[in-house]
Amino acid sequence: MSIRTTFAKTMPIGIGAALCVTGVLAQGTVPLAPGPHDALAAAGPQAAQIGQLWNLFLAICTAVFVAILAALGWALRRAPRANRDSAPDLSMTHRHEGGPYRSVVLAVAASTALLLLLVVASVWTDRALARLPLEHAVNLQVTGHQWWWEIRYEGSPESQTFTTANELHVPVGRPVVIRLLADDVIHSLWVPNLSGKKDLIPGRTATVTFQADRPGIYRGQCAEFCGFQHAFMAFEVIADPPDRYEAWAALQRQEASEPGEGPARRGKEIFLGSTCVMCHAIQGTDASALRGPDLTHVGGRTTLASGTLPNTDEDMKRWIRNPQQLKPGVNMPASSLADADLQALVAYLRGLK
Amino acid sequence: MNAWQLALVLAAAAALTGCYREKREFQPATGAASAADTTRMTRIHPGPGEPVQSGSMPHAEGQRDDENAFAVNQGKRLFRWYNCSGCHAQGGGNMGPPLMDDKWLYGHAPAAIYATIVEGRPNGMPAFGGRIPEDQLWQIVAYVRSLSGQLRKDVAPSRSDGMAGAPPENVRDEERPIARADPQPKPVEPAQAASPAASAASGAPR
Repeated sequence: MSIRTTFAKTMPIGIGAALCVTGVLAQGTVPLAPGPHDALAAAGPQAAQIGQLWNLFLAICTAVFVAILAALGWALRRAPRANRDSAPDLSMTHRHEGGPYRSVVLAVAASTALLLLLVVASVWTDRALARLPLEHAVNLQVTGHQWWWEIRYEGSPESQTFTTANELHVPVGRPVVIRLLADDVIHSLWVPNLSGKKDLIPGRTATVTFQADRPGIYRGQCAEFCGFQHAFMAFEVIADPPDRYEAWAALQRQEASEPGEGPARRGKEIFLGSTCVMCHAIQGTDASALRGPDLTHVGGRTTLASGTLPNTDEDMKRWIRNPQQLKPGVNMPASSLADADLQALVAYLRGLK
Repeated sequence: MNAWQLALVLAAAAALTGCYREKREFQPATGAASAADTTRMTRIHPGPGEPVQSGSMPHAEGQRDDENAFAVNQGKRLFRWYNCSGCHAQGGGNMGPPLMDDKWLYGHAPAAIYATIVEGRPNGMPAFGGRIPEDQLWQIVAYVRSLSGQLRKDVAPSRSDGMAGAPPENVRDEERPIARADPQPKPVEPAQAASPAASAASGAPR
């Protein structure tokens, strides 16, 4: 972690939060609040390291700032502004001033030493981040799309692999290794409570590692401007105790549940026979398109459209009816389903727990 | 500036608000799926299931979006969202034939393009009938025509949302369609039109 990225990391928090709030209010939709989106409220070793580095920077920079202002105040007090009519005193230009000379040398030396200290601290932090032990790690692959996250849990054997979207579940106390890919443009994965930012660059593979030590829901956000709906490209990291995580993973590996009698059955027919199936996949059915998020267990997720909406019947209906109204520019066309059919479709999708 | 000039400026500004370019439909039509039971020229269609007839089908005639810049731009987005660009690229053609030149295998009139999308065509063009909603189909038709400069310059899209390899649609020269003596495609039997996957996907009446 370099000095530059540390500053870049913390500067946009306030601005980002302010923009988020305005955006949310403007849309009239309030996503679920998952705890503080705070880079200083560390919930794992990686974020704690970065937090320590930030505190060191803050302390040193504050001390330097105060010292400089004190020196300025002292100088102003010592030699107040001369009378406008008196001639300037140029006598000091002809003689060597020992005192000021020593002060300047001392200040330059102190600045150099402090900057070097910060560089060393940055390098140390970087190395500490790389030292996270990775035994029994959970291996994930996250692909950034405009504007959602495709999340693939790699299992061995291959049949244990499953794909989900916009919701990362991790077990508490186990390291997580995420391979980062991008489908279209540069994105950046950032979960302030757990780890620093890492860019997802098309054509390149990057890796980020972190570990959650406290159960909870931590909000993640795309941190590299990636187009129209960059602000609504969020996700949630849900850190669960290991047994709950395993139960969740076992459920995700299963195919979609077959709808019972009633509207849900009709909803499945509509899904397979309308435009949905041209982009989305539901494991266990013939729907296998990979353009949009995998919907095999969409009913069990907490948000829709990458953190844009809470996952409720009403919001899902609004979303399918006209996504452009809720997330303008999103790559999903409006649907023209009749109201009863839309109702049935939502009953089916929400039933896919 | 005296009072008369000021009044004139204000009047001109007020008059500007009366300018009206075109009517834009921001709300999608509901229950407007295109006809599912239309003639098919191909056995290929997107998705595994048979199309579901949802709601009533509005009559297609007279629904021309050729003179509506908003509709043409919507068509441009749909062209990408429905993956027309997967085969036709950005109009230059790839697996599918180019759409920005002067050769029109199945006609260049809006109704002919509409039919091509809905019915599908032999050798690869899937039938989208019953899937893409009617209003969106006409928007795509209008956009496809803009690719070869068939629309007015003030209607055709001027710039792309993403990277584009070709000049904007509104600066292209109009291509004059070349008449061809190709035989018309023969419809496939409805029973053949259903893909094998369809029977597994849905068995309920539609």
